[in-house]
Amino acid sequence: MIDAAANENAVAPVSFWTRLNENRTVLGLWFMLPAAAFLLLFLAYPLGLGIWLSLTDARIGRAGEFIGIENFTWLWGDAVFWLSVFNTLLYTIVASVIKFAIGLYLALLLNNNIAFKAFIRAIVLLPFIVPTVLSAIAFWWIFDSQFSIISWALIELGIIEQNIDFLGTPNNARASVIFANIWRGVPFVAITLLAGLQTVPQSLYEAATIDGASKWAMFRHITYPLLTPIIAVVMTFSVLFTFTDFQLIYAMTRGGPVNATHLMATLSYQRAILGGNLGEGAAISTAMIPFLLSAIMFSWFGLQRRKWQQGESDD
Amino acid sequence: MTEVTLKSAKTREAVSDDSEGMDYLITRQSRFVTVYLPLILIMFVLLFPFYWMGTTSVKPNSELLDMSNHNPLWVSSPTFQHFEKLLFETEYPSWMWNTMLVAVVATFLSVVASVLAAYAIVRIKYKGAQTVGGLIFLAYLVPPSILFIPLSTVIFEYGLFDSPLALILSYPTILIPFSTWLLMGYFKTIPFELEECALIDGASRLQILVKIVLPLSVPGLISAGIFSFTLCWNEFIYALTFISTSSNKTVPVAVLSELVDGDVYHWGSLMAGALLGSVPVAIIYSFFVEHYVSSMTGAVKE
Repeated sequence: MIDAAANENAVAPVSFWTRLNENRTVLGLWFMLPAAAFLLLFLAYPLGLGIWLSLTDARIGRAGEFIGIENFTWLWGDAVFWLSVFNTLLYTIVASVIKFAIGLYLALLLNNNIAFKAFIRAIVLLPFIVPTVLSAIAFWWIFDSQFSIISWALIELGIIEQNIDFLGTPNNARASVIFANIWRGVPFVAITLLAGLQTVPQSLYEAATIDGASKWAMFRHITYPLLTPIIAVVMTFSVLFTFTDFQLIYAMTRGGPVNATHLMATLSYQRAILGGNLGEGAAISTAMIPFLLSAIMFSWFGLQRRKWQQGESDD
Repeated sequence: MTEVTLKSAKTREAVSDDSEGMDYLITRQSRFVTVYLPLILIMFVLLFPFYWMGTTSVKPNSELLDMSNHNPLWVSSPTFQHFEKLLFETEYPSWMWNTMLVAVVATFLSVVASVLAAYAIVRIKYKGAQTVGGLIFLAYLVPPSILFIPLSTVIFEYGLFDSPLALILSYPTILIPFSTWLLMGYFKTIPFELEECALIDGASRLQILVKIVLPLSVPGLISAGIFSFTLCWNEFIYALTFISTSSNKTVPVAVLSELVDGDVYHWGSLMAGALLGSVPVAIIYSFFVEHYVSSMTGAVKE
């Protein structure tokens, strides 16, 4: 035994370099290098820089000086900023709730035995696949003040007298962009929840049917509890992406009319890139972070609960 | 014996997904009202914008702007003038080329980096691998719309402004966290024994990765690849901020900024541009629907 070990040492004199590369930690570092380089240079560094910029008076083409929380105190008294916060919350809450309701409903519908199921599922995802800006342009045209197809159809049906100005008045514009967001988000919610539904064992429903449970009771006591973990994750993502949405608003309204659809992201673009006030724009972005953190916490606890429910150890 | 029964029970369970379940208790009429009718309604709303895009892009202008004499839902004299204008009078081909270049290269870089990172986290299990895995998940939750302002100053500092390289290098920050997370799930399912054998035979970690792990995780690679590709194609805010010359723009940005001149909206060519810009993604998607769905749901489930 000892002989064999000694022999091995004698046969293979390993250099320092080879031994170093056999060390798990060093080897791991080599493998992590490309991903870490990208994420540190283009994600972590800008994230920190953004917080720093929010504390300076930087403008485009001129490095700023440290001015403390002046940007934030200025924003605190800025009505447009508060309007954008209100818009963002309204947009996120209304769109997410409706996306969840319709998405869950659509998932339940697709979970039935229906003809051409795979084909329908593929078609349903289309709005999610197509680049958002391009579908937003289609909605821009659908909501056109003069040639809107919706106005035309409603007039033909005799429901309204004249064209609806979808993007021209504040509340109409808000409703229109929320509709477009829901249109794009429902497929994602529906397809991911459908995947969750398919993991619920059929035998539970069979047992419940034999016990005489109603459809609603089955949903309430079997489907919903087993689906909660996935719902938590899906909705966290949905809230996160809705809250930080930029392209849909930028393509459809650019924040108008009279800032009624400005979200925090579009406002920060307007102030920082178009207006040149990098510091102020960065302050708006930084103000979004607390909201994002709360969404992440929500997701975290959703995941924890799942592990606990399945009796898995925490790995 | 018990094994056999267990096995048959398992296959039955797997099959039960396609079987009728308890649905036979529901009559055909009520099924139509509760299932097919709402489904048709939702599908109509989801698909109508595409139909509307399509018909608008082949309508002559006279028909587009005259809704009283022409039924807007139908095209009476279809024309390709908008597509012709797009392809020969604008820089559309070069926008397409830019988008394709950026998407392909960024996807490739991200998948390579993600494969290495995911393998290291799942299999090499260096010190702190779990923590790094968690950090990468957190990186997935950092949205581009809070990064674009500082990132634009970084891009400027590195001298990358207005070059495709700015996008090629910044897109992986969106793609790597997602792909790594997805591939970690795939690598975990590959039996460790295979690697052990290779290790004993004297293979290096890199050889094991290339010759054993990668061939076994082709579906995962395809999923990560096509999902990344569609994300690149969809990306907007970085492309809007980091690129200023018209001929360097990507399709989503260019359609919005270059095809609208002043207050005159050329709806026909706008719709044609939007439609053409969606084609590459739609083609890839139609070939790999299953991979796409599995990557989307897989990433959420992990």
